[in-house]
Amino acid sequence: MADPMKIRANLVGDSTEVKVLMSHEMETGQRKDAQGKTIPAWFIQKVKVTHNDKVVLAAQWGPAVSKNPFVSFKFKGGAKGDKVKITWVDNHDDSRTDEATIA
Amino acid sequence: MNTNRRHALKTGSALSLLTLVAAAGWLKPGEAAAADAWNKSAFETHSLDETMKALGGSSPVPSNDIVFFSTPDIAENGAVVPVGITSKVPQTESIAILIEKNPNMLAAVFDIPPGTDPSLTTRIKMAQTSNVYALVKANGKYYVTSKEIKVTLGGCGG
Repeated sequence: MADPMKIRANLVGDSTEVKVLMSHEMETGQRKDAQGKTIPAWFIQKVKVTHNDKVVLAAQWGPAVSKNPFVSFKFKGGAKGDKVKITWVDNHDDSRTDEATIA
Repeated sequence: MNTNRRHALKTGSALSLLTLVAAAGWLKPGEAAAADAWNKSAFETHSLDETMKALGGSSPVPSNDIVFFSTPDIAENGAVVPVGITSKVPQTESIAILIEKNPNMLAAVFDIPPGTDPSLTTRIKMAQTSNVYALVKANGKYYVTSKEIKVTLGGCGG
């Protein structure tokens, strides 16, 4: 199991600003190790952010997203105390879900 | 018993289940792209045309309504290049980031449901100095803008 995500969700005016830092190697499958063997690709493929069971952002990624991916975005309709839930799935079918409370 | 009537009842309930599923949002076409399986073919392309084909769109129209922000002109480290994209195109449905000279062009596709600002920032890897495209799907059509980012140290080195 991967490390937890760091999620910040703050109410700014009538929008909720979400910032998330995920902990993931995001190995491209292009690099080689010291022995010249290719390091197999290992990266997050799908990300879903929900607020009250409504999807507010969904994404598909390739290996060109940086290691320990960062995303920030805003959506309307959040209230203080609401939960924002983020799930990612990588190409090994590992997944992780974390929650944050809107402040 | 009238078997026809039984049959009709059965199909009826199956239909209403389908309607329920649709109402619950599982079959909403807008969410399909990211909710479905990962679009493998789109992430294996090497040109804008190929990527467009894999995403199921026609060639995009250049647009000044898509703006890069918090994006450097020169990135010192290609492994972590911050990119911010805002789309002012009405009814923006998705924002994709493409890097021309990466081994595979498509980096990420973000679906923007109604209620979410068509504006986001993230970090990408760049193998070398290249044009970066911001591809926006709005109302079924594709729009694009590009920006050159110079990389002094590649993101794919050993």
